[in-house]
Amino acid sequence: MSRAPRQSPFAEPRSARARMIAAALSITAASLLTLVPIIATVPYLPPFGLLMLLGWRLRAGELFPTWAPVPLGLFDDLLSGQPLGSAMALWTITVIVIDIIDSRLVWRDFWQDWLIAAGAIAFCLIVARLVATPIRAHVDTVMLFQILVAAALYPLAAHVCARIDERGTPRLR
Amino acid sequence: MAPPLSRRTGFSRRAQYGVFIGYVAAASGVLVGAVLVLLSTFNPPVFATMRSAVAEITTPISSGFAGVRRAATMPGGLSDYFGGASEIRALKEQLRQEHAIVMRARMINAENRRLRALLRVRDVETTTVVAARLVSSTAASTRRFATLNAGNRQGVAPGQPVRGPEGLIGRVLEAGPNAARILLLTDPESIVPVRRTRDGLPAIVSGRGDGQLDIRSASSANVPFRAGDTFVTSGTGGLYPPNIPVARVLADSGDTATARTLANPDSLDFAIVQRPFLSALPRPAPVER
Repeated sequence: MSRAPRQSPFAEPRSARARMIAAALSITAASLLTLVPIIATVPYLPPFGLLMLLGWRLRAGELFPTWAPVPLGLFDDLLSGQPLGSAMALWTITVIVIDIIDSRLVWRDFWQDWLIAAGAIAFCLIVARLVATPIRAHVDTVMLFQILVAAALYPLAAHVCARIDERGTPRLR
Repeated sequence: MAPPLSRRTGFSRRAQYGVFIGYVAAASGVLVGAVLVLLSTFNPPVFATMRSAVAEITTPISSGFAGVRRAATMPGGLSDYFGGASEIRALKEQLRQEHAIVMRARMINAENRRLRALLRVRDVETTTVVAARLVSSTAASTRRFATLNAGNRQGVAPGQPVRGPEGLIGRVLEAGPNAARILLLTDPESIVPVRRTRDGLPAIVSGRGDGQLDIRSASSANVPFRAGDTFVTSGTGGLYPPNIPVARVLADSGDTATARTLANPDSLDFAIVQRPFLSALPRPAPVER
């Protein structure tokens, strides 16, 4: 397996379609990470699909149409165990809110992106918990740690997105 | 770096309509999602077919991963050969000490069988449907589901109890052709009727969502629970066969006790799917008018 070299600045830019397909594939692949063979007693995996979606959205807002999280969230719901439709609705709301922030806060640096991502993760996980699990369940402490871990992993997700966007997906030769 | 102002459309009507329609589609996506959440909250099995279709494709993948994990953890057995002699000596000593207890238990067992024959107690046989592996779980969600790599082709059907060698694991929630979704004991919506082994006190075990269980007395309030109290299924309700070990209480407590499952979740290897203890009652015939 070898990595494609970084694209030359003089080369033809990658087409928007190719970038979008790479983004959609990497988000679905991240949703598939719940297939790891562990029987968890607490929710300790961060929501990888959401992390990758945020990574792509905050890196290149023009890549996706605003409704793109609807099918991506549906796929995540089918795998994650949350009630069907929760990621579909929450991810789309997140992207719409990021669109609004985009129009207000045009010049941003990475720290602000990170803050936005952390807020989005907290919003999605908390509302998903309220929807999926009865209030009396003792899952809040673990969920807090899950939010912290996911927020801490955002730079990694952003890095992976940038890597895929710049060099293309790793290919077998 | 200035972000590209993607959603600024300028004076192009076409681009303006495109962006507007995109937002309309997104908003309707949110609405559809909310409706689906409501539907699946009030009628959980409604999307079982879609989930099983995906599980059908993904279960072989996680079965493969699980196989790799087993292969990778196998060399741990190698270290068992060192220090084997002393362990054998200790075990022999233990065997000698417990010989008397075993003999007594055998006598009691034989006597019990004789008395049961005298009383003509009719035992309901619990039959095994299939033994399969649990291959993955919902590790990113607050719900506790696991995936079993056997489905209705192997005879698995929703409602069947699932147990492991050490105790109860949960029950089947949805079954696809070759994969099934298991509601684990620790899920916040799982409830199992149990009884205390010490005195037969009926109780109810419900999941807490953090890997532990809550035990409440089913008969009277203010029953003291002691640390180490063991609970087994009572067979009430007809779903779980009686006498499957379920939970052990962690600390002395009065009203509600916190307990640990006896089947260690992450060492879940093989799971045995059994038939429901008593088959469901037939639907009452519609009344003629």
